[in-house]
Amino acid sequence: MKRLTVASKAIALLFTAVLLVACSGSDTKEEDEAAAAAAAAAASASAAEAAQAAQGAAVSAEMAALEEAAASAGTVFYFEYDSSNLTPEALDALNANIALLQRNDINVRLEGHTDERGTREYNLALGEGRANSVRDYMVASGIPGYRIETISFGEERPIAYGTGEANWAENRRVELKPQ
Amino acid sequence: MKRLLTALMSVVLAISATSAWAQLTIEISQGADNPTAIAVAPFAWQGMGAPPEDIAFIVDGDLARSGQFAPIAQGDMLGNPTTEAEVFFRDWRALNAEYLLIGRVSLEPDVLRVDYELFDVLRQTKVLTGYESGPASDARMLAHRVADAVYEKLTGVPGAFATKLLYISVDRVPGRNDYSRLTMSDSDGARPIVLFDTYEPLLAPTWSPDGKHIAYVSFETGRPAIYRQEIATGQREQLTNFPGLNSSPAWSPDGKTMAMVLSKGGNADIYLMDLATKKLTQLTRHYAIDTEPAWMPDGRSLLFTSDRGGKPQIYRYDLSSGKTSRVTYEGTYNARARVSQDGRSVVMVHQAEGRFHIAILDLVTNRMQILTSTDLDESPSIAPNGSMVLYATKYQGRSILAAVAVDGEAKFMLPASKGDVREPAWSPYLPR
Repeated sequence: MKRLTVASKAIALLFTAVLLVACSGSDTKEEDEAAAAAAAAAASASAAEAAQAAQGAAVSAEMAALEEAAASAGTVFYFEYDSSNLTPEALDALNANIALLQRNDINVRLEGHTDERGTREYNLALGEGRANSVRDYMVASGIPGYRIETISFGEERPIAYGTGEANWAENRRVELKPQ
Repeated sequence: MKRLLTALMSVVLAISATSAWAQLTIEISQGADNPTAIAVAPFAWQGMGAPPEDIAFIVDGDLARSGQFAPIAQGDMLGNPTTEAEVFFRDWRALNAEYLLIGRVSLEPDVLRVDYELFDVLRQTKVLTGYESGPASDARMLAHRVADAVYEKLTGVPGAFATKLLYISVDRVPGRNDYSRLTMSDSDGARPIVLFDTYEPLLAPTWSPDGKHIAYVSFETGRPAIYRQEIATGQREQLTNFPGLNSSPAWSPDGKTMAMVLSKGGNADIYLMDLATKKLTQLTRHYAIDTEPAWMPDGRSLLFTSDRGGKPQIYRYDLSSGKTSRVTYEGTYNARARVSQDGRSVVMVHQAEGRFHIAILDLVTNRMQILTSTDLDESPSIAPNGSMVLYATKYQGRSILAAVAVDGEAKFMLPASKGDVREPAWSPYLPR
């Protein structure tokens, strides 16, 4: 709908330019030609502007859709115990975020976390492995590595403080944070 | 004897709170099977005013915590001898005491002196005479040294009471990150001092072999880095600031080199840093996680945790050959090894039937023994005399410190008055 409106505006502008050329009273041929050329240039410029605006509107509509998809997928990706492999659910959420990142130039930070089981320093390395898994997948999907920063907090920054699988599952995660 | 122990089990030896910081208290949860009955009679005070500390009470507590002694309650004693002439052996035989310790505390200008005498009640002989002296502010340390002397005389193993503990205390703060403190206390949890605090994570505290420096990982800049700190002056030095992990500092036995974990090469590997030149040498190169280095006491090899076989297990890296060999096979999760001073035993976090315990592996017989029955146990640290293992566990929803004898018999807990306490590191023997 939006695209149509913009296109019709462009057509209207073009008509105006042509009418201006046709109606202008002229003293010399040179002036006529100059006026015609100027009008034509103005018409083509505004046409290009309009086309760009149309494209811009289309892009912002597409971006809005991507943003909505990424927001609904969420920016937290969850993992299995003692694993840094991306689960199908994590991949779905990650793909939605990657689709958005491919169209903007935002830098992101990936924070790797683990549950409380196992040793603290092993968990620091495990959290880094999780952040690296997400980063590697993003890079393979065309996001340049310089836009991605990783850090691991191991088990030091839990979301859920209690014990038991329900809490642990919430804590085994990578959080994507725009910088 | 069993009955006495059962009575002991319910006793909580609350240590006088000397500061507002989370104070650790001692709860003896289980004694050894055949502890030696010893009577520690109240020491005489030969000074003005009140004595700075109850020396006999501190010695009594030390011996009880070891699990190898069953001290006789002061209330049951039939007399309070403080000199050899006042000792009547029949009074102590009546209480089934095998040994009797008496003593006197005097304060000369600025110097506190503790004299003590140890008697064998059955043989009716004096077996040890000695004294300790130092500034009055060090009264607790003098008491711990008396306990060390008694322990060594009666077990043949040097005592490790006159040592220190490092640990991390964490409080949750509404609306902020957790508040972390690196704390140092006496071996019984008394006299806690905060050495460093931050609202970012702190972990992996460790001692230099001479007990004068500590190292740890702090996220205070927003990223992990390894810091070295001199205890006496508080002076700090940031040793690393590499991209990725900077963790698991471990001093070599000669104090010249620090093993550490860096991931600047892509993932977690073990490195050595020459502390004089700061030059790095990479030891392991593997796409798996290599972490938690621990030196063998001879300084010729290191143990570390790796999941190169699929699950975390303990491996050994030989410095002269550059070869790596697998050490643990039993169980699906063995990590964070710490080696006893004699190089024979390795304590570690071991998963059995889904629960995390502390286990000890005898490197000669290859026998693995699970020491703890609690769950989510981690961060084992061996006393410098090899007698006890201190570790962190979960108790009633909070992280607390607990200890277990290397034979698995004696156990005690050190709950804090508030917050979480974790990652204990037992000091080496300290210079006087």
